[in-house]
Amino acid sequence: MSNLPGSLIRTPDLDRWIAIENDGSIIVSTGKVELGQGILTAIQLIAAEELDVDPDQIHVRSAETGITPNEMVTAGSMSVETSGAAVRQACAWARRLMLSEVSDDPAQLEVSNGIVTGPGLNAPTSYTEIQAGTPFKFQIVDPTQEKDPSKYKVLGRDNHVRIDLEDKIRGVGVFVHDLEFPDMLHARIIRPPSYHHRLKSVDLTQIEAPDLGFVDGSFIAVMSTDEYRATRLAESVGNMAIWTQTREIPADNPLPDYLVAHETSAFPILDNVPQDVPPRSLTTAINAVYSRPYLMHGSLGPSAAAAHLVDGILTVWSPSQGIELIRHTLAQLLAMDAKTIRVIYIQGAGCYGHNAADDATVDAALCARAAPGRPVLLKWSRADEHQWEPYGPAMRVGMGANLSDRGDVDLWTHDVWSFSHVGRPAPGRTGMDIVAAWHLNNGFEPNEPAPRLGSESGIHRNALPIYEISDQQVVKRFVSDSPLRTSALRSLGAQCNVFAIESFMDELALAANTDPVTFRLRHLQDTRAIAVLQRVVELAGGVSGSRGIGLAQYKNRQCYAAVVAEVIVDTTTAEVRVTHLWIAADAGRVVDRDGLTNQLEGGAIQALSWCLKEAVAFDRNGITSRDWETYPILRFSEIPLVETDVIDRPQLESLGAGEATQGPTSGALANAIYAATSIRVRNMPFTPQHLREAAAD
Amino acid sequence: MTELQLNGESIAVEAIETTPLAYVLRNECGIKSVKLGCEAEQCGACTVLADDRPVPSCTLALSDASERRLTTLEGLAKGDVLSAVQNALLTSNASQCGYCLSGIAVAAYALFQSNAHPTHNNIVNALDGHLCRCGAHPRVIRALEQLAK
Repeated sequence: MSNLPGSLIRTPDLDRWIAIENDGSIIVSTGKVELGQGILTAIQLIAAEELDVDPDQIHVRSAETGITPNEMVTAGSMSVETSGAAVRQACAWARRLMLSEVSDDPAQLEVSNGIVTGPGLNAPTSYTEIQAGTPFKFQIVDPTQEKDPSKYKVLGRDNHVRIDLEDKIRGVGVFVHDLEFPDMLHARIIRPPSYHHRLKSVDLTQIEAPDLGFVDGSFIAVMSTDEYRATRLAESVGNMAIWTQTREIPADNPLPDYLVAHETSAFPILDNVPQDVPPRSLTTAINAVYSRPYLMHGSLGPSAAAAHLVDGILTVWSPSQGIELIRHTLAQLLAMDAKTIRVIYIQGAGCYGHNAADDATVDAALCARAAPGRPVLLKWSRADEHQWEPYGPAMRVGMGANLSDRGDVDLWTHDVWSFSHVGRPAPGRTGMDIVAAWHLNNGFEPNEPAPRLGSESGIHRNALPIYEISDQQVVKRFVSDSPLRTSALRSLGAQCNVFAIESFMDELALAANTDPVTFRLRHLQDTRAIAVLQRVVELAGGVSGSRGIGLAQYKNRQCYAAVVAEVIVDTTTAEVRVTHLWIAADAGRVVDRDGLTNQLEGGAIQALSWCLKEAVAFDRNGITSRDWETYPILRFSEIPLVETDVIDRPQLESLGAGEATQGPTSGALANAIYAATSIRVRNMPFTPQHLREAAAD
Repeated sequence: MTELQLNGESIAVEAIETTPLAYVLRNECGIKSVKLGCEAEQCGACTVLADDRPVPSCTLALSDASERRLTTLEGLAKGDVLSAVQNALLTSNASQCGYCLSGIAVAAYALFQSNAHPTHNNIVNALDGHLCRCGAHPRVIRALEQLAK
């Protein structure tokens, strides 16, 4: 088995990864996509470091089917780990091959800013002179020596301005929403009032040429060359549509109760993997139950995509995290050969996991099919985004423990109930998790949700504690039938599992009459976890007063993060205000220090928003949180001071960090609220109402 | 035909008078910095300056905008030279996806026009109507506080 990065095993052709252009620029390709997380900058820096060229000389090309390497989905905080490793190795090979062209002993040569010097060369040469315009024609089958990290000049520094940012600050239209083509149609979809409504009748006679409209089952679309007119048409057609409700959304039970009542199957986790065996029946002295509601991705720009069908070839511009997955889903739904579909990635607003980008892509393709030859730009409305995106699933976590006479945990139980966290397109399955597919006459039903039984997948991500506990039982309790549509929300199950674990650790520390940091250290053996915990305590200057702490390693194998939160709780209103966050992290070898910090901080702020404010509201007839008033998120006036410190380990592999802080921040916040008020809030969001309920318990 | 005073120029646009300004700017004037996020004055992504004051352009009818001096992000830079606010946001990497960035930059520009040394509270109050889902707020605040010094 080769120890090459997986992406290189799938795409060993070096020319798919790197090309030296005639003008001296170097094109480096990745199958990963820019979601606002800064991956293109990270790829650029990795390539520049390995090749010893100025980062500006590297141009990163991203995600187009048939062109760039297929790197599946941009998800799971894997891009620096996987694509970064592949690009580093590809660049190491490119460097070696180029230097071998001019020397029998390439190891003796020096490269600086792309200029090659050293013994045996008559004169300095350059990558451009050696390779410009010439493909490498080389297949990577074995790894080659990479640059010694002790010689790094580019990586680990914090002086890089993101390569995608200048266009954005200048107002260049880089988003899918900004696409413009000659003769373009703007499309809008009219959705049913809820998942369980179907179209009875609609009158499209008000739509006159050159405007277009069509109905297929319960899928209604309108198109116009004038965008605002398309929105007006959508509203007036929507007002005329008559729908039939087939059933109601189960909305009467509180979600934690619903989850327990509807458990489908239980899987104790042994050796990191859920097992299909009955859980042990265990009794614990200290017990607590935590929960979170459904959460929105809440992209700031509603989902959008463009499509153009010409002579049987469908070109799609999509902000999908997985251009190959959506390509094959389109092929299945439209009954086309995937070879006739080309998907070009283009940025949408930040997605934070699997939002409605894939749905919009399918909508755009359906509209393009109905208007062959015309480019179509399709956008969702804010209300549809809020109602139809696949939410981060509700969760319930039951924790239990026994303490020894010494005050150590000697039995630990963790039972986590939740719905499926993965509703991504899965081409080839019998169903389809795409909104439009449910509404077409010849469409698809949703796939039957199935529990993921891999290591650290969905519901049980970070359900295993980072702490050393001799006897523990962690059980994934899968609930198939979700009242609302769900899919992957940034960090998946990790946020709520870590919120529960870190809250419970403080509850146990209190029972053991030990301070929370000491109590954690007593149960830790992983030296990197210990270092991160100690670093954050140092950074914050202690965890006394109204402060709380949280710790986790994402998926128990990626970035370590520890967070201290400080709060003020208004004793009259019970409103929580976070005044300060301190973050310490170890993401192995740092690529782009500021980019990494940006991800850690952004994740922490987003988690504060989830924890303090957010819950999808719904009743029997549909989603009732349809805008930012009914689904509020954190505002500028509510943002704490944030200080972040990163432990760089250049000799170790980089660890994905985009989802590292959500869990620790959630735990730190709940613990800070307890420190400030002696109220243990276990149900998200930590609103005045939930604080009052917790105080009354 | 409606006359607009846009980024220091007078231009004529052909659109129905009730059309929201954001649609006119994006589709008739090539102003792509103006983003549609909520179309209900709830997110700030579509903010433009009307007579130097930040306003949401998603609900402002074309007919009500024609009498006012409009400035968008595109109008803040002098050629290739970014305004101080844009430069501060850029060099601080004060963004992630960037969808909210233009509205924030425009509102911050107006703040600094009226007050060269805004306080922390001035800054967060000026931006409180602007939603950012990526959590880039701390960097935006830090970048602007630096600039205010």
